[in-house]
Amino acid sequence: MTDWTGIITMKSNRFGYYIKEGINSIFTHGFMSFASVCIIIACLIIMGSFSLLSLNVDHVIKVHEDENVMLAFVDETLTDTQAMALQDEIEAVPNVASAQFVSRDSAWNSFKDSYDSNSSMFDGLTSNVLRHRYIVYLDDISLMSQTQLDVEQIPGIARVNAHLEISDGFVKLRNIINTVSISLAAILFIISLFIMSNTVKLTTFERRDEIAIMKMVGATSSFIRWPFVVEGLILGLVGSLTAYILQWGIYQAFVQKVIGSVIQPFIIETLPFAAFAIPLLIVFIVIGFAVGVVGSVIAIKNYLRV
Amino acid sequence: MVQFIDVFKTYENGAKALKGVTFEINDGEFAFLVGPSGSGKSTIIKLITGEIAPMDGTVIVNGYDMGNIKFGKMPYMRRTLGVVFQDFRLIEDKTVYENVAFAMRVVGASTKEIKRRVPYVLELVGLDSRSRRRPQELSGGEQQRVAIARALVNNPSLIIADEPTGNLDPARSLEIMMLLEKINELGTTVLVVTHEKELVNSLSKRVIAIDGGRVISDGLDGYYNYEE
Repeated sequence: MTDWTGIITMKSNRFGYYIKEGINSIFTHGFMSFASVCIIIACLIIMGSFSLLSLNVDHVIKVHEDENVMLAFVDETLTDTQAMALQDEIEAVPNVASAQFVSRDSAWNSFKDSYDSNSSMFDGLTSNVLRHRYIVYLDDISLMSQTQLDVEQIPGIARVNAHLEISDGFVKLRNIINTVSISLAAILFIISLFIMSNTVKLTTFERRDEIAIMKMVGATSSFIRWPFVVEGLILGLVGSLTAYILQWGIYQAFVQKVIGSVIQPFIIETLPFAAFAIPLLIVFIVIGFAVGVVGSVIAIKNYLRV
Repeated sequence: MVQFIDVFKTYENGAKALKGVTFEINDGEFAFLVGPSGSGKSTIIKLITGEIAPMDGTVIVNGYDMGNIKFGKMPYMRRTLGVVFQDFRLIEDKTVYENVAFAMRVVGASTKEIKRRVPYVLELVGLDSRSRRRPQELSGGEQQRVAIARALVNNPSLIIADEPTGNLDPARSLEIMMLLEKINELGTTVLVVTHEKELVNSLSKRVIAIDGGRVISDGLDGYYNYEE
């Protein structure tokens, strides 16, 4: 019969040993531990800052995308009823989210309202100088050029106005920010891994005799490895939590206060930290753990081969 | 039990360390392994501890076939051995008690078992009063006794002592040999690698002499058949 009490006691003994040895090693090699945590913090903050910048740029682009519409002008030979009947055809075009009919009278009133209502410059003019039009909302701003051509093909549509240069600019900006953020995140992750691995390598080098003795008396590789993994885990967790708190402070200070007070009212609207607080915390902890654990496993691999 | 059957070993640099070595050490035996530098003694020890594998022939250690042992089984094979080195290899920042307990801890022994076994072994090697000292506070002979206690604590069936008296004066060397003899009398097989002719002859034990990668004599009467 299996002695479960014995097995559980043995497992909990070992677990306690791994934790104790991992923590001991952090304090014994205090400077190296401190250096590792600092490196993790620096890399996470740089990665985090670019990611938050990317998220904000995405958000701004999304806001402007919603405002960046096309205007489809209806041929003036069509009757009011025929002009209104074009809505279904326009909305059937791929990438068109919706189309809103604006009669020439409504457009004329809006036009006049944008000037001094008492101005005499509109004397003698009627709404007939304008065409019926549709405000066309798009699903994807990057496909604006193709959608413009598709809408122009509809019989009864005389012309389509689209600010292609603005949509292209947004798309290019988003692509650049995303590429830079992803590349930087990947590079910094590898750098963190390398530095973490070297830190644990130094620790294992100092303890190589101890590891050799452990192997000689019959310790399994996992028994030797676990305290180093615990050490990496703790350093990764401390680094990621500290980086998260610092990132929060930096974001609040710079984005919310500096950009928020000077630029935001005129150009952009930034996201509040709360919008990504939980996902960012999870990402930081996962990266911190990954750097700590993978770095430790890589570092100790060579010492376990005997 | 240790069995070498026609064992050959050539290193990657082409050096032929063993050229058909055959011998057997039975359970409960005490044997010396002697020979000059480069004769193949260290290779034999490394084959027994699993640091290297034989190129040809068969090496059996406590029932494990060392030519075909899987990596995952190696720790369990090593738990049947106790190894004592010339340079003691103690952990400097641990006390005598902790150094010995450490060997039990790494094989998963419970705290209760450690508290029961370590004082017994320290008493056996005559160091029960020095358990709180650190290695650097002890003499060479005492440090080697700590190493023997560490080798002994997991109750191995075979103890291998590689030049255990190389760093000790003659009186301390004799003490260590007497201790190993006492351990052997308690039932543990002991294999001692040494250069010390007087010491070997004074104990009248089996001597396996090796030179040029071959066994050149194997006597049971303590005869030291090798001349440096």
